[in-house]
Amino acid sequence: MTQSISIKDLTLNFGAVSVLEDLNLDVAQGEFLVLLGSSGCGKSTLLNCIAGLLDITDGEIHIQGHNVTWEEPSKRGIGMVFQSYALYPQMTVEGNLAFGLKNARVPKDEIAKRIARAAEVLQIEPLLKRKPGALSGGQRQRVAIGRALVRDVDVFLFDEPLSNLDAKLRADLRVEIKRLHQTLKNTMIYVTHDQVEAMTLADRIAIMKGGQIMQLAPPSEIYNRPVNKYVAGFIGSPAMNFMDGQLDGGAQHFDTGRGLDFSVQGYEFAAAPTSGPVWLGLRPEHVQSGKWAEGQPVQMEALVDMVEPMGSDTQVWAKVNGQDLRFRMDGQEAVAIGDRIPIGFDPARLSLFDKSTETRL
Amino acid sequence: MTAAEMNMKLAVTPRGAKPRSPFAPRNIMLYGTLIVFSIYYLLPLYVMIVTSLKDMAEIRVGNVFSPPVDITFQPWVKAWAEACTGINCDGLSRGFWNSVRILIPSLIISVSVAALTGYVLACWRFKGSEVFFGILLLGAFIPYQVLLYPLVIILRELGLFGSLWGLVLVHTIFAMPINVLLFRNYFVAIPEELFKAARVDGAGFWGIFFRIVIPMSLPIFVVSGIIQVTGIWNDFLFGVVYTRPENYPMTVQLNNIVNSVQGVKEYNVNMAATLLTGLVPLTVYFFSGKLFIRGIAAGAVKG
Ligand SMILES: Nc1ncnc2c1ncn2[C@@H]1O[C@H](COP(=O)(O)OP(=O)(O)OP(=O)(O)O)[C@@H](O)[C@H]1O
Ligand SMILES: [Mg+2]
Repeated sequence: MTQSISIKDLTLNFGAVSVLEDLNLDVAQGEFLVLLGSSGCGKSTLLNCIAGLLDITDGEIHIQGHNVTWEEPSKRGIGMVFQSYALYPQMTVEGNLAFGLKNARVPKDEIAKRIARAAEVLQIEPLLKRKPGALSGGQRQRVAIGRALVRDVDVFLFDEPLSNLDAKLRADLRVEIKRLHQTLKNTMIYVTHDQVEAMTLADRIAIMKGGQIMQLAPPSEIYNRPVNKYVAGFIGSPAMNFMDGQLDGGAQHFDTGRGLDFSVQGYEFAAAPTSGPVWLGLRPEHVQSGKWAEGQPVQMEALVDMVEPMGSDTQVWAKVNGQDLRFRMDGQEAVAIGDRIPIGFDPARLSLFDKSTETRL
Repeated sequence: MTAAEMNMKLAVTPRGAKPRSPFAPRNIMLYGTLIVFSIYYLLPLYVMIVTSLKDMAEIRVGNVFSPPVDITFQPWVKAWAEACTGINCDGLSRGFWNSVRILIPSLIISVSVAALTGYVLACWRFKGSEVFFGILLLGAFIPYQVLLYPLVIILRELGLFGSLWGLVLVHTIFAMPINVLLFRNYFVAIPEELFKAARVDGAGFWGIFFRIVIPMSLPIFVVSGIIQVTGIWNDFLFGVVYTRPENYPMTVQLNNIVNSVQGVKEYNVNMAATLLTGLVPLTVYFFSGKLFIRGIAAGAVKG
């Protein structure tokens, strides 16, 4: 498989502060890669490095097989879409789309052709003569995507393109971006801190923290087999339950030491299980309750602490032998504070992390 | 109109407190004060205008507020074309054209240099650019008089002393602190992502300046332009110090006419000459007042 983007040992310092350190990343041709992480983890910085908007301190960046480490942004074969749309306010939509092409001295009829095609794909034909000030947020972001589209490039870079839009519009445009990717088959790198966007759009997700990539994997693997406790806690809403306790490697038995213990047989250990202190992670949606708890490999009783009905389902805070546990119930089930209800789960869906290194066992 | 639309119309009734009556005590106070101040400032202008339209016989009667009985434009003609300063008797016209010749290059050069400097300081930071800006601002607090003589020497060494271009250079230098501040603060407010987008689109330093930044910044150019036009046109000190008599700007010429000691004092001519000199900044304010306010306000909010 040819690599579309290949980043080798990328380091970037702002003065004395190191934001990215020895970062390596390969993106396949036509892949949709999402960079996901909390605020300030260096997502935008990485994207700006790829775009050539920041001078890197060390390392190499290759795009479509060319070493572009010291190339101008416009010569890298990339198109970029920004959170604030960044449309040129004094130009019409048409002028915005044509600006880059004029700078590149593309012939006039070719410019017209490309604008017409982009306008059709994005359904902005009626807006071409308007100024950005006379457009809604969604329309503006469409134009901004169009500006990347007309450049006819192999790689699209998105920096939180939907963050400024309201929830409904965000969902619509998300689907549109996905469709666009399926038609164009470009490589796309997409920065977001919205999990839903990441899970729905990505071929692979790169979870970043403190300028490093924690895990780079397809969404399902990130969700099911997070490599460490940070990724496990970051992905999923509501967040994963964590219990600390001792693992008996031989018997594959977990004990909080505070009155709760159960077998974890069925869990897929990455290496031969050892004994020692661990974090046990259990996703709220993997806990079965009421009659569905029957037949689960591990069963116990929960005392309901607090209830949050959400319509489709109900979120429950409960205590299990002194251990806090959060889980989801079907919205139609009646449950009240103080109820004792049976719960159960399958150890195959657990995550176990070493207590000191916080990496997956 | 459908019934539904009618209902809409009816539903849209004014909200909030009732407007006050125009004769509420608060309004009387407000407008009263405004009117008093307007009269205070307009009265001298009125006196100047009526005086400039009287002949000397009428002026000697002594009633400065009375309107002219016989309107005459002779004082204006004399002020413009005939009044004597020293050996020349061609009125203010010579000074006017000198001022124009000083104003246009000074205006263009000072505004351009200030805009460019502001652009670099706002958008293309370099090591020490903040320090540079700080030093530049300090320049605004140095009294002109301190720099007067050193500049004479500098101009002499450059071979520009006494020439028009020397004066243009002086105007440009003294325009820097305040105008660079204006431009820099305006440009700083332009979102950074706009520059990034432009760079991805292949625009460079000049491309971004001319195609993105300038078209977005008309109000601040107007503000800077007005400050420069009035400043340069009203300048007296630099005009006297750095040019020769044949290049004296209008203000200096005006002074020479008004303060000439020979003959009788022709008040009507003096008034006409003064009004003529003030006409340029007045016109500029008159036609660009709205843009000026908008630019100042934009600078204030964004700065
Ligand atoms: N010009 C700069 N000078 C110094 N530090 C900077 C600069 N730009 C960014 N940083 C730092 O680099 C880190 C990464 O910033 P970056 O903008 O890449 O974060 P991000 O992951 O995009 O966050 P967000 O989700 O809030 O956009 C932050 O800690 C930030 O403070
Ligand atoms: Mg960011």
